Order: sequence, then structure tokens, then C-alpha cells
Amino acid sequence: MPDVTSDSTKLRPWAGDRAPASWGLGDGQAIPWEYAPAPESRDIVTVRDRYGLFINGREVDASDGAVFATINPATEEKLADVARATPADVDRAVRAAGRAQKRSWGSLPGRERAKYLFRIARILQERSREFAVLETMDSGKPIKESRDVDVPLAAAHFWYYAGWADKLEYAFPGRVARPLGVAAQVIPWNFPLLMLSWKIAPALAAGNTVVLKPASTTPLSALLFADVCRQADLPPGVVNIVPGPAEIGMHLVSSPNVQKVAFTGSTGVGKLIHRAIAGTDKAITLELGGKAANIVFEDAALDQAVEGIVNGIYFNQGEVCCAGSRLLAQESIVEPLVEKLKDRLATIRVGDPLDKNTDVGAINSRQQLDKITELVAAGVAEGADLYQPPCDLPDRGFFFRPTLFTNVAQSHRIAKEEIFGPVLSVLTFRTPEEAVEKANNTPYGLSAGVWTEKGSRILSMVRRLRAGVVWANTFNRFDPTSPFGGYKESGFGREGGMHGLHAYVRLEDR
Amino acid sequence: MAAMPARRKAAAARAVPAVPAAGPAPRIEVRKTYKLYIGGAFPRTESGRSYLVSAADGTPVANACRASRKDLRDAVRAARKAFPGWADRTAMNRGQILYRVAELMEGRRDQFVTEVAQAEGVPADRARIVVDRAIDRWVWYAGWADKIAQVLGSSNPVAADYFNFTIPEPTGVVGIVAPETSSLLGLVSRLAPPLVAGNAVVVVTSETRPLPAITLTEVLATSDVPGGVVNVITGLKKELAPVMAAHDDVDAIDVWGVDEAARREIEIAAADNVKRIVRRPAGATDARFDWLDDRAAERPEWIAAYLELKTVWHPIGV
Repeated sequence: MPDVTSDSTKLRPWAGDRAPASWGLGDGQAIPWEYAPAPESRDIVTVRDRYGLFINGREVDASDGAVFATINPATEEKLADVARATPADVDRAVRAAGRAQKRSWGSLPGRERAKYLFRIARILQERSREFAVLETMDSGKPIKESRDVDVPLAAAHFWYYAGWADKLEYAFPGRVARPLGVAAQVIPWNFPLLMLSWKIAPALAAGNTVVLKPASTTPLSALLFADVCRQADLPPGVVNIVPGPAEIGMHLVSSPNVQKVAFTGSTGVGKLIHRAIAGTDKAITLELGGKAANIVFEDAALDQAVEGIVNGIYFNQGEVCCAGSRLLAQESIVEPLVEKLKDRLATIRVGDPLDKNTDVGAINSRQQLDKITELVAAGVAEGADLYQPPCDLPDRGFFFRPTLFTNVAQSHRIAKEEIFGPVLSVLTFRTPEEAVEKANNTPYGLSAGVWTEKGSRILSMVRRLRAGVVWANTFNRFDPTSPFGGYKESGFGREGGMHGLHAYVRLEDR
Repeated sequence: MAAMPARRKAAAARAVPAVPAAGPAPRIEVRKTYKLYIGGAFPRTESGRSYLVSAADGTPVANACRASRKDLRDAVRAARKAFPGWADRTAMNRGQILYRVAELMEGRRDQFVTEVAQAEGVPADRARIVVDRAIDRWVWYAGWADKIAQVLGSSNPVAADYFNFTIPEPTGVVGIVAPETSSLLGLVSRLAPPLVAGNAVVVVTSETRPLPAITLTEVLATSDVPGGVVNVITGLKKELAPVMAAHDDVDAIDVWGVDEAARREIEIAAADNVKRIVRRPAGATDARFDWLDDRAAERPEWIAAYLELKTVWHPIGV
């Protein structure tokens, strides 16, 4: 047996944890193993002290010289100072993008645009570990996820859309697809590089140029992407990156010289952006919040469902717009299911995001941690039963225990509001009709999950769930060929697949 | 029975009754009250208000309902109720029903020609072309019912062992602020796309030329389109469009017929529940748009504007 009382518990957060009763080790028995630290090396990344804006192919300071700090949410240490774009900088970036669209990119044959995008995909693959480590340091997500999900998917996105650049006539039969012009793109902090790729790849493939504002807590991977553009010899002005606060995003989408707006983020901000472009002829796509139901029927393969539920809500600390934050369990199996979930939660490793064994990393920011804390407190206050597995959290950084609420009513805030954290609310149902009604009882409609071994029931649920993505016997899968986006107040327009191109073209008669 | 040309009708209304000559008394025409169309019924506006509709030459023609915000809300409620049933019809069934609209319009062709000529101030031969094209437009869109899913849907070759496909589904309740100038062909061209996609619709008609739209509802009511799937109200757009835009149970709004000066305000209100906003193509104007141009007015993109895309994943394994 390992020594579970030593001071080294901080390094070994699992030492000292109690084993779940179902493991048969006796009540209160310590877990009979510990994990040695397995940190990913930071050497692959050179984090500079200071980063500029990326405008017209050059790195430049903000016009007023202002900077803001970006920190590592796992340690609260400053990583770098980043230039904070001013409205004048944004205008400059939009002008550069407009020029590039007219003079170089827009008139470049599709097959040549394609080659640039293939280059970018290849460079992202070549520098994948560098991106993964930087992304984890800046965002707090586990290296396991940035390495195996975010970065490979980002590269795959560029790869997929590269091939469309010279095949647009086949995507829109009977029509000629023309670029819209300059795309103003505002992306969130939960998947910084991946969201960048979802935005930039289809825009460029269709012949648009872009000005992109990364989230203010996670600007570094976008600024490293600027270096990829340089390495790829992308013409200046085709991609411009302007980090800054929310007002800079509003200034960008409101610019009279952008023809397309694409936003991923909260429903509240999405509505502000939608209002900001009211009365114009700008094209817009919005990918907003969610409160997905993950529905488990009594005939489901429970162990697989447990894995899917855990992946659905604890992947990326639950900071996922399509997270399966509402578990709808059929009444007959809710007890064994919750028991299995609690067992599984006990094995989740929370801690250093750079540790290769970590499952749940750091919450992205103090502000987000406060929001999660507040909503969990509301869940307790409203009478739901809280369960958190015993685990030590690091002394510094923004961490939150994987959390499970049972006895949740539909009226509880934790069942209605998007928490954007590792917090699962368990509700129950008796009949498929009740499951559908509860699942759809939300203004959101981004995603849903269905777990059952019965094929016809899957298809009938698929038909009735008002959500843009339905995962059946799986959850949180993504692919560049697979269209993603919401129903209702989760937004409109699709990213990914052939449908993702539609958001970036104007169709003309042949 | 073909209606008496309304110009004559109006003139007759003002004429001093002639001294009856010998022989049978002249027959007095039975005039139509133009009402709203909500939930498959033809109510008057609950507000008891009307406004005078004139022909293009200024001759008064009829008192149309000046619908209230309550009427509009009733129409939205009727549409919401009718939506699931319409969406669940098989695609072929929806196509047949919309084709039947064309069949019945054909039977009332002369009436539509008269009303369009009167409303739009065009000669009868021109109105006949417009009406014929409106009928043909239903046929064109009806044919899309069981094809659009094959054009817009996809099977997606994801890089893992999953079966992944994308299918279109109707958005829900669609509000249409109808074209102001083209009273029938413009309306049909904007109404057919959301309908064939499986949505339920609330139309605010052309304000100045509402009568052909009301006659169209009489066709819809007898052509197997379930009650509530199309609801049509007449009135002042400046009263009705903002209510439609702000209504939380309207999922998409076609702002074609919104005055350009009012469009910003309408779109701001529509953003409150993330409505899908469907606009005129950039550069197109209501007054000048050529609805007779099939390439411009028959567009599968207009159907797609009222469809959501649902992507489904399932693992492949044993």
C-alpha cells in the first residue's frame, strides 16, 4: 500500500482518496494506487513576453501601445502581454482584409487557394505539439484533449476545406458561389484554436478574407497561428488577428466594411451582435449556448452510457456549448445509473492540465469559476442534492470539482441556465414522450444525446428532439465533414461540412 | 362565378338607382366581406376596425380588416398549433396538397385576374400572365417537397467509425411581411418556400393591395392545407410588423415587405429570440423586383432559409 499520508499528496491528488464501495475494498478504504506526475514538457513552446496584433501580414503594436496580460488559469501566472487592439486598429485590419480580398485572395484561382489551406493544415500538423502545449497553458484544458482533440481537429478542418476551394461549383449545383468579402469573426475561449479553424478555413476556401478577434483570455494560439500564416506565405491581409475586449468585437462586427459576421459564444452576446447588424445586408451565422439533454433509456448499455455521460459533461471542464448538462434518466434505472456515475467520478483526475493523466483541467478564468460556483450554490439552495467526488484540488489556479446534482427539478436554475462548467443535473422521465418534452423544454437547441439499444426508438427520438446535433449512443463527437450548429436560441447557420461553406458565399445565377 | 370587375362594382355602389324599366328588376350583386384567415376560419378582426382599400386608380373597393396585435397573436397561436401536424406530413403529401392549391387557383383564374388587375393597376392581359405564373409557381415549389431533403441533406464521411448524416427539418412558425407591390405573385413566391419546407406561416399581406391575398386564403381553405398552417391578416404594417418581429413564438421572419426605413427597428426586435431573418437579396427592391423572372424568384435557397439542419451520429460496431 502506498503511503497516503505523506506531504506528497499535493503532487499526487489521488493519493488519499477513498475507493467507491462497489470496488469491494471496504468502506473508506484508500484507493490502492497513486499516479506519478506525467507532465508534458513545456520546452516545445517559446512563450514570448509580448505579442502584437497581426494586421496585413505584420505583427504590430496597438495604436495606443496598450497591452493586456494573459495568464495560465492553472497557475494564475502571467504568460505574456498581448497588444490590445483599438477601434482604429480594427479599422486598419478591416481595410487590409478588404484590399487583400479584392487584390489577391478573391481573384486567386480556387486551386491555388486550396494549396495555401493545405499548407496551413500541414504546418498545424507539423507543429501540433507546440500548439497543444500552448493551448493548454493559455486555456487550462487538459493536454490530453488539446493534443488529441483540439489541434488534430483544427488541422483536419483546414484540410477538409482546402479541398473545397476549387470545387465550389459542385457544392452549389446550378449556382455560382461568390465570396461575400471580409468576414468579421469573434470566437470564444473554450476551444481557441479549433474555433479559429472553424471560422477561418471555410471563409478562406470560399475566397473571403478575415479579421478575427480571439477571446481575451485565450489569445495566444491565434497569435501563434499568425506565425503559421507567415510560414505558409499567405498573402498579407488575408488573415488578420485583433485581440481585445468585447467592445472590440462589437466594433469589428459593426464595421460598414465587413460583409459577413460569424460569432461563437453566449446567447446573450449573440443577440447583441445580431442587433448590431440589424438593417444591414451583412450575412450572419451565430453559434450560441446550449443546455443539452442526454437521455438514457432503461435498455441502454449502461456502462457505455456512463462513459458518454462523463465525456458529455466533463470534457473540457464542461466548458462546451454542446455539453450534455442535463442527464435525463428513465426512472427505472436512475439509481444504478447514478451509482455507476458516482463510481466513475471517483476515478476522474482533476489537476495540472499539462499532466498527461489529467482528465479535468483548470476553469478558464476567475470570472468563469465564480459563475460556476454561484450556480452550484444556487442548485444547493434550491434543494437539489449535490455530489462531488473526494479529490484534492491544487492550491493555486481555477479548479472546480466534477459535480453531480440529483433530485433536480426543471425549474431549478441548474436545469435551465447554461453553467459552462463540470456540473451535471440529473432529471428523470418515465415515457419517451416525457423525455422529449423535458429535453425540448428550453430555449436552447444545440445538441442532444440518446442512449438505447433500440434502433427505431433512436430514430423516433432523433426526429422529435429540436436540436442541431443528436448523438446516439455517443456524445461530443466532432468532425470537419459533420455540420454543427443550433436550433432555436442556440443560433443559426452551420459550421463544418458542405453546409459550412454556405455561410461564406453569395449564390448567383449561373 | 366570376366576380364583377370591382371598378364597375364601385361605380355601381355610387350610382343613383335608376327608375325600374319594364321587365325583370336588375339583380343586386352580393358583395364579399374581406376577412382575416386564422386557424382555418374567417374571423373579422377582434378590434372591429377596418381600412378602406382602393384600386390602383384610387377607386374605393372594399373595407379590409385592420387587424390588431391580438389578431396577430391569435394567428401565431394557430400556426404553432398546426405546425407539428404539417411538419409530420410525408413530403409527398405536402407536395400534393400544395399542388392542389395550384389546381384550385386555376379554377378561380378569372377572379384572380380581375383582382390583380384592379389592385396593381395593370391591364387584364398583363394580370393574366401574373396569375398564371403564380399558379405555376405553386407547381414548381410543390415539386420540391420530396426533393429538398435530398439536395440539402448529406451523409458525412467522418474520420472515425460512426454513421453520420444531416437532414433538414422545418424551422417552426414563420412570419411573412408580404411584398407590398406584387399582391399575388410576390406573395405566392414568398409563401410557398416556407410551406413546402413544412413550416406554419403567418402572413401580413400587402397593406395597400390586400385583396388578392384574401382570395388566396379561400383557395387555401378548400385545398387540403390544414387549418392554421397558413394564417393571413390584413392591416397596417407599421402596427403589425413590430409585433410579429418581437413575438417569442415566431421562429423566423421574412422582412421582404418591410419598408427599408423600418427594417432596422424590425430586425432589432427580431434578434430577441434569435429569429432567423430572411431578407431581400442585396440590391433588390420591392417595387422593381421582377417576379416573372423564374431564375430570380424560384430558388431552392428560399426553401432552405426555413430549414434547420440536424446532424446525427451513431457508432458503427457490433
